[in-house]
Amino acid sequence: MTQSNRKKANWNILFLCWLVAGISATGSLFFSHVMEFAPCVLCWYQRIFLFPLIIILAAGLFPFDKSVVKYALPLAIIGWFTAAYHNLLYAGVIPESIQPCTQGVSCTEEYIELFGFISIPMLSLLSFSIIIAFLIILLRRTTQ
Amino acid sequence: MKTHLIFGLSVIGLILAFAVGSSYYKGKQAEKIGFLAQENAELFVRDHSQTMGSDDAKVYLIEFMDPACETCAAFSPLVKQMIVTNPGKIKLVLRYAPFHDGADYFVKILEAAKKQGKYWETLNVMYKTQPYWASHHNPQPQRIWQFLPQAGVDMERIRKDMNDPAIAKLIDQDLADAKTLNVRKTPGFFVNGKPLQTFGSKQLLQLVQSELKANYPN
Repeated sequence: MTQSNRKKANWNILFLCWLVAGISATGSLFFSHVMEFAPCVLCWYQRIFLFPLIIILAAGLFPFDKSVVKYALPLAIIGWFTAAYHNLLYAGVIPESIQPCTQGVSCTEEYIELFGFISIPMLSLLSFSIIIAFLIILLRRTTQ
Repeated sequence: MKTHLIFGLSVIGLILAFAVGSSYYKGKQAEKIGFLAQENAELFVRDHSQTMGSDDAKVYLIEFMDPACETCAAFSPLVKQMIVTNPGKIKLVLRYAPFHDGADYFVKILEAAKKQGKYWETLNVMYKTQPYWASHHNPQPQRIWQFLPQAGVDMERIRKDMNDPAIAKLIDQDLADAKTLNVRKTPGFFVNGKPLQTFGSKQLLQLVQSELKANYPN
């Protein structure tokens, strides 16, 4: 009984992890396709590491496969570092190198400030953090 | 089985949230711009803007364009045809959104040609010869000069007039208005201040038709 409860809990954790990735991807597509915010280069890199997570995590749900962590965690960690770098750039901690002006989008362009302080790069960092947290919890639970 | 259900419902939920969110957002945006149009008509039509069609027309078709934009060139016959088939009812207003690298060079030539009364001729030549000078991987703006004589313009005067600081100012004004109106792509169309919701020739025709019907009920 406890064994089956444990299994259920593991599945739930992975499902929540997938849900966070799904909501983030939907939100990012909403920003670019509906609100027509052009994604900057760093946003594209974060998307590259976010979008496959939806497929990989979903594949790990049916049937539940604990080794999904092994494949998903590297993506999430690289995505997290990209998001962290983007936030530092956005906040002005790292200066954006002097580049000639192009029609492309600057990575420090301000699009939205939810509640006055939540920016898009911050949302990205938040979702990668939650995904990593869930994956690590799952890893600990399954390797005991 | 239950897990499949939870997963499937979540997928549907995400897709629904996206769809509902988009239609809500687009409705809000249309309201906002429509309101702006009444209050700030000059955002859409500036005194310097090139226009085609009768001053008495009740349907204003505003196009934010870029001489180096392929889609603008492709849309130009359609736009002209709409004006010709509805004589006196549609007025075309051209605004500049030179998003392509170096495209303001061609806007300057156009504005210089305007001083000689050869605006539409020059624009026609530009659109027609665009593939020769505006290729994306290798733009060669200087090549436009070999085609300009087709428009019947005085080349020396163009070279002199295109550096007029007033032209640069006018481009800045148009770009500022494009930003205010959330134009990020060219061509960006507005009909009587209403933005084209989804891009396409059919959608543009529909929007113009609905405005024609609203303003000319008979």
